[in-house]
This record gives sequence, C-alpha cells and structure tokens, in this order.
Amino acid sequence: MKHLLSTDGLDRDQATAILDTADRLKQALLGREVRKLPTLRGRTVITMFYENSTRTRVSFEIAGKWMSADVINVSSSGSSVSKGESLRDTALTLQAAGADCVIVRHPASGAAHRLAGWLKHTNTSVVNAGDGMHEHPTQALLDAATLRDRLGSLDGRRVAIVGDVLHSRVARSNVHLLTALGAEVTLVAPPTLLPTGVEKWPVTVSHEIDAELASQDAVMLLRVQAERMHGGFFPSAREYSIAYGLNERRLKLLPEHAVVLHPGPMLRGMEIASVVADSPQAAITEQVRNGVHVRMAVLYHLLAHEEENA
Amino acid sequence: MASRQRGATDPAGDREILSAGDVARTVARMAHQIIEKTALDAPSAPDVVLMGIPSRGAPLARRLAAKIAEFSGRTVHEGTLDITLYRDDLRRGPTRPLETTKLPEGGIDDKLVVLVDDVLFSGRTIRAALDALRDHGRPRAVQLAVLVDRGHRELPIRADYVGKNLPTSKTEDVVVMLEEFDGRDGVVLK
Repeated sequence: MKHLLSTDGLDRDQATAILDTADRLKQALLGREVRKLPTLRGRTVITMFYENSTRTRVSFEIAGKWMSADVINVSSSGSSVSKGESLRDTALTLQAAGADCVIVRHPASGAAHRLAGWLKHTNTSVVNAGDGMHEHPTQALLDAATLRDRLGSLDGRRVAIVGDVLHSRVARSNVHLLTALGAEVTLVAPPTLLPTGVEKWPVTVSHEIDAELASQDAVMLLRVQAERMHGGFFPSAREYSIAYGLNERRLKLLPEHAVVLHPGPMLRGMEIASVVADSPQAAITEQVRNGVHVRMAVLYHLLAHEEENA
Repeated sequence: MASRQRGATDPAGDREILSAGDVARTVARMAHQIIEKTALDAPSAPDVVLMGIPSRGAPLARRLAAKIAEFSGRTVHEGTLDITLYRDDLRRGPTRPLETTKLPEGGIDDKLVVLVDDVLFSGRTIRAALDALRDHGRPRAVQLAVLVDRGHRELPIRADYVGKNLPTSKTEDVVVMLEEFDGRDGVVLK
C-alpha cells in the first residue's frame, strides 16, 4: 500500500490486515518498559494540518514517535501557507526536504487525492487525515477496531450512524469500511442533513432515532458541524437535541451490549448527553486509545516494506 | 509418515532429517539439558521463563515447558515474542504480518529467559529478539534453544541448547513441521 486516501476501495482483507496489525501492536506495547519500537527508524513523517485538530494530530504524532519515525508538524498558520503558498508547492517542498510520508488534513474535499497525484513519481506516501466533507479513513479504522474489541466481529452487526451525515467525512469513511467488514449500517438523520445520492449508498436510511435503537449493536454519534453550515439545516440546537440527541431515555432503548461511539470533539448536551458519554456503554476513550494503534498500523503498512516504485 | 525412512530422499528431492518420533525425543532431550544447565531441580533454582519466537518457536516453547514440568516438577512460565517490528530487513520485501506477543506470567525482569526458535540460521532473528527483550524488561540472563542449527551465521550468536546440528548449503531449505501448524512433526531438508 502506498497511500491511504479513503476507505472506499479498501477491501475486507486489506482492512482486516490493518486492524490485525493494530491489535498486535497494542499487544506488543502492553505492559512494556520502553514504549518505543525501532521499526520506522530513519523515516520522516510530516503532518500537515490546514484545519484544527487535537486527537488526530496528536495521535498521528504519538504513533510515528512510538515507531521511532521523525515526526514534524506543520500547521497552516506559522508556515508559508499563511504567505499564500499553494498546497501543491507546500507538498513538493516537504517531499524535497525528505518526507517519507505526508499526513494531510484539509478543508477541501479531495485535497489528499490531489496531493497523492502531485507526488505520484516520488516515494512519498500520503495519508488522508480528513478532507472536507469527503473521507477520514483512519477514524473509520479506529472505530472498526473499537467495535471489534467490544463486539468480537463486525459480521452481521448493526451500526446506526446518527446526526450530521451531510457534512461528515467520518460517516462516509465508516459507511464504506463497516459495510466492507460485513456490518449493516443505518443512517439516522433529518432529511436536511443527508447528502443527495444517499439512496445509492449501501445503507438503510431513517429519520426516527427511537425506532432504530432497539435493533442496533452500536450507535455512532456525529458532531453537528456548525463550521460547515451556512443556513438553516434545523430550527434550533435544542430542537435537534430533542429529535436526535442520544439522551438517557434513548440509551435505555439500546440493547445492553450495544456500544456508543463518538469521533469527538463531543458537544455534550447536543448530540450526546453527558451521562451517556460517561456510561460504560460509551467507548469514546477506547476510540482515542485505539486511534494511536491504528495509526501506527497504517504507518507500518505504508512505510515498512520495499518501495513500490511509482 | 511412519513408513518413511529417515534420511531417505523422496521423488521431489526432499530429505527427512527428523521424524515425528525424533522431534519428540529431541524436545525431551533439550528439556533435560535446560533443567541441568540452569540447575532447575536444585533448591536454589533460578526463575526460568521460556519465550517462543513465532511462528514455530511458540509451540516449541510450550512443549519444552510441558516436558520440563514433567521431568523436574517445576513449572516454568512461557510466553511468545514477536520480533517482526525489530527486523532489519522490513524494507526488503512486502509488508510482513505481525505475530502474537505475550509476556509470560510475572514478566521477564530478573528472570533467566530462554529464547526458543525452530531454526538458527543467520542469527538475525535472535539479534532482533534480544533488542525486543530489552524493551520489555531486564532479564537476569538470556539463553537460546533451537531445534535445528543449520549454520551460516552472519552475527556473533550461538545457541545454548541445540536439538540437531545440521550442516547445510545456503541454497537448501530447512523446513520444520509441527503438529500445531502442519498437521505433523518432522524436519525436512529441501
């Protein structure tokens, strides 16, 4: 594998291989004195974040460092991007400076694909760490890892993705990945927060959260992305929360074994009630922990093999 | 299987080096040697743990632990140590899947760790295993047990317990088969 740009096109075997590697990495790091593996010694990983992020950037950085790669963080403010340098020139500069892997987050959908295209004739790998409203493949992988931990396997499991599907790269990446791994996905959202063309996705669509909960093995809540909304998608935050928020009453509708996921950052009281976020069914901190192992696994699959010359 | 003559060459050019019975006897002998060399049956016996290197070192470590318990009455804990992340040749081939790592009960700090593998060849696997061990803790001492030593060392490494010394040419292939993976025990030279 040279790049990880989307989960669309990642087949079951490839996805399972990454998840298995993540499991083994977690196992190898368990209870050890030195949390550092020599695997990526001498490789340089650059994170390039054109959008704010806490967990994704930090967990990529930790993942790289635990595998002994040199990790350098570039953000749009404080780099030549603020002087007007284009994404293409910035990428070529980083490649020329010796980056083996560029991890990019960008507000424009498709940015990571463009980047991979510009770096086609080089050995530099590209990881999409979230591009606009398109994809966020490592988030989907860590969600799948968390669900595998809690549920054993995803085969035949039912997962509801609730909330702002329209603006969510997490939802898109999860729909591809979870269905590839054998899960049945239901999208639950008001009609205004569903993308056009959703009827062609391999999912069931519902507007009624209460009707769906009893049959789910997991519920994934999405943050309402105010920064991407220009216009009235729903009457008010309060109304959204009443119609689609996972509150204590709705938590009781879920089967006991069901898992509650949230990609973060959470808006407590909006899409998820505080009691739900702190309940034993919530796997939100496990998601963050798995995020490090999954990203280590991705770097391993991209960087620890002979060069597939482009 | 039983009808096959030891040392016989089959039509494919494979030569059987150890039969299933030989493997069992060899493992038993190695267990005795470990007990003797580590003075496991003495009252002041050290804390010995066996660490199998996947894939085939892992079941060998389990078998050795069982034999040691049988012969000495002492329980030795065993674990599994994957060395893939410590290899020096990761960039010389396709992505290698990782194997299981499981530290023995009680860890490895201040223990006498016996690394267990099926074949000792270049010594690079053992070099990687020593690096991996160091990240997991600080053993009192480390020893090495291998079922087959086929020579051609590329590093200054030797085994403390050898089931079978087997002179080979570099182009030959030593295949260790174990019930747990291959449905039968045996060692074949290809």
